[in-house]
Amino acid sequence: MDFTFFQKKQHIWRDWIASYLFLLPALAFFSVFVAYPMLKGIYISFFSYTLRDFDFIGLENYQTLFQDATFGKSMWNTLLIVLIAVPVVVIFSLFVAMMIYKKSEGLRSLFRGVFYLPAVSSVVSITVVWASIYHSNYGILNYITSLFGMEPISWLGDTRTALLSIIVVLITTSVGQPIILYVASLGNIPKSYIEAAQMDRANSWQIFKNILWPMLMPTNLYIIVITTINTFQVFAIIQLLTSGGPMYSTSTVMYGVYEQAFMLGNFGIASAMGVILALVIGVISFIQFKYLGSDVEY
Amino acid sequence: MMFSSNVKTNQRPRPLASRADLRKKAPGFSTIIANLLLVLLGLLFLFPFYWIVTGAFKVQNVAVAIPPQWFPTDPTLDNFRVLFKNPVWRWGFNSFFVAASEMIGVCLTASMAGYVLAKKFFPGRKFIFILFVSAMALPKQVILVPLFTMLADLNWIDTYKGLVLPAIGWPFGVFLMKQFAQTIPSELMEAAKMDGCSEVRLFGTIILPLLKPALGALAIFTFINAWNDYFSQLIITRSTPMMTLPLGLATLQGEYTTPYGVLMAGAALASLPMILIFLLFQKAFTQGITMGAVKG
Repeated sequence: MDFTFFQKKQHIWRDWIASYLFLLPALAFFSVFVAYPMLKGIYISFFSYTLRDFDFIGLENYQTLFQDATFGKSMWNTLLIVLIAVPVVVIFSLFVAMMIYKKSEGLRSLFRGVFYLPAVSSVVSITVVWASIYHSNYGILNYITSLFGMEPISWLGDTRTALLSIIVVLITTSVGQPIILYVASLGNIPKSYIEAAQMDRANSWQIFKNILWPMLMPTNLYIIVITTINTFQVFAIIQLLTSGGPMYSTSTVMYGVYEQAFMLGNFGIASAMGVILALVIGVISFIQFKYLGSDVEY
Repeated sequence: MMFSSNVKTNQRPRPLASRADLRKKAPGFSTIIANLLLVLLGLLFLFPFYWIVTGAFKVQNVAVAIPPQWFPTDPTLDNFRVLFKNPVWRWGFNSFFVAASEMIGVCLTASMAGYVLAKKFFPGRKFIFILFVSAMALPKQVILVPLFTMLADLNWIDTYKGLVLPAIGWPFGVFLMKQFAQTIPSELMEAAKMDGCSEVRLFGTIILPLLKPALGALAIFTFINAWNDYFSQLIITRSTPMMTLPLGLATLQGEYTTPYGVLMAGAALASLPMILIFLLFQKAFTQGITMGAVKG
């Protein structure tokens, strides 16, 4: 009796050790390359950290940023991009998904593929072609607007149009994943619900509002949160199309982090920007959860 | 919880109503409009790729002609000739090598961790899982400054180590594998244990084969993510021979401000491999996206 008890205890111990050993590689990579840098980023943000010095300065980086007009501009641009792009991405994706989810498997994968292409092909390729489309002299966009008698516009060089031009590119590269998710979730909604509603002579809008939309809530939440997080971090499109210009009109916090750290060598300020960005994203995700997730069951 | 745990996408039974039932009703006016709109949107999304491919074969004065030349009138291979004066093969190799190494690293570490997080009971299990999940929601770019200084201290800037190893810490992989491993029946493990199977053999011969569909999805997902991880690659590489294909292409953008043909040829080269991989493995890829995000 005692003997089997010990055997069992030993067995559990060996099981635990085996489990930790299996976890070890993933946990090690995660700790060294994700968790540690995250903590170190917060630490660095309290330092004046340039190529020359490393001095503790408390909250000075944060004070500097809050008084800096260009940082304010970047933050405003970032929020503007999120406020425009996220709703457009969600509505556009849902719209496309509604149109294709009932189609045959072949057509569904064709359309999923078409809308996913900009996300899957390199962002550099996408920006190269958009740069040519937006070009003020021989871009296609100005050619098309000229057919309607409009004067040519320097889409990326004009403070009034640059940010919007960036947002359009961002949207085309962002809708692929939400469309795939919506098509999958719509396909998972039991047909019997819709049939029952049709028996009761509900019209398409009523079916959408009372059945599809509520059933999509978990997916909506996921898509909104993920799209928000990704949109906050848009970088390559901006760096390659406008480098934050003209006149900081397309500069974002993420671009500011890059500029401060990797072009100017101010790692302390850049880290503080990163921390602020993380906090903003955290707070917004939290609000989205609270507000949208309240009647979602998990 | 933000991410539900059922992994049942693509496995729903076929609807009882046959397609013939649906066809009985003639398509209404609104359906026709919707389909037209859908096709139009699709063409708009395809247009940039059409423009890249045709642009790659256009001579300069055709590429910048107004009105735009919708078809390349004097198709030429010159753009590719100019493009290949750059170390394009090296860049392509770097991209593939980095993406493949990341893929193998993530799949290996994530499948091991995901399996024990789903199937074993040990102290700290829940805490570790929450750690991974909460890191997924945090913006990755925020860690890039400290990561960069760390890699600089290690002398890993501009090396393959610096490009590959940090990306293996990707917590999404662990999450995905855990979600999938949960669906494996525990009886299988117990039976193998009874027969005196060691942990390592159990994992290699029973668990890994069962994880295959999820591993396939994760592999494609990691590969494409790595190929497109422009920001990390931008800050970690320095020298031209260490650049990945998208980065190399981006330097051309600065170098050739006017020859659009060369840029388009480069754009075609940087995106076509991924488009091909995506088209070949669309199913696995779609699974990777929906797994864990959509309730079954």
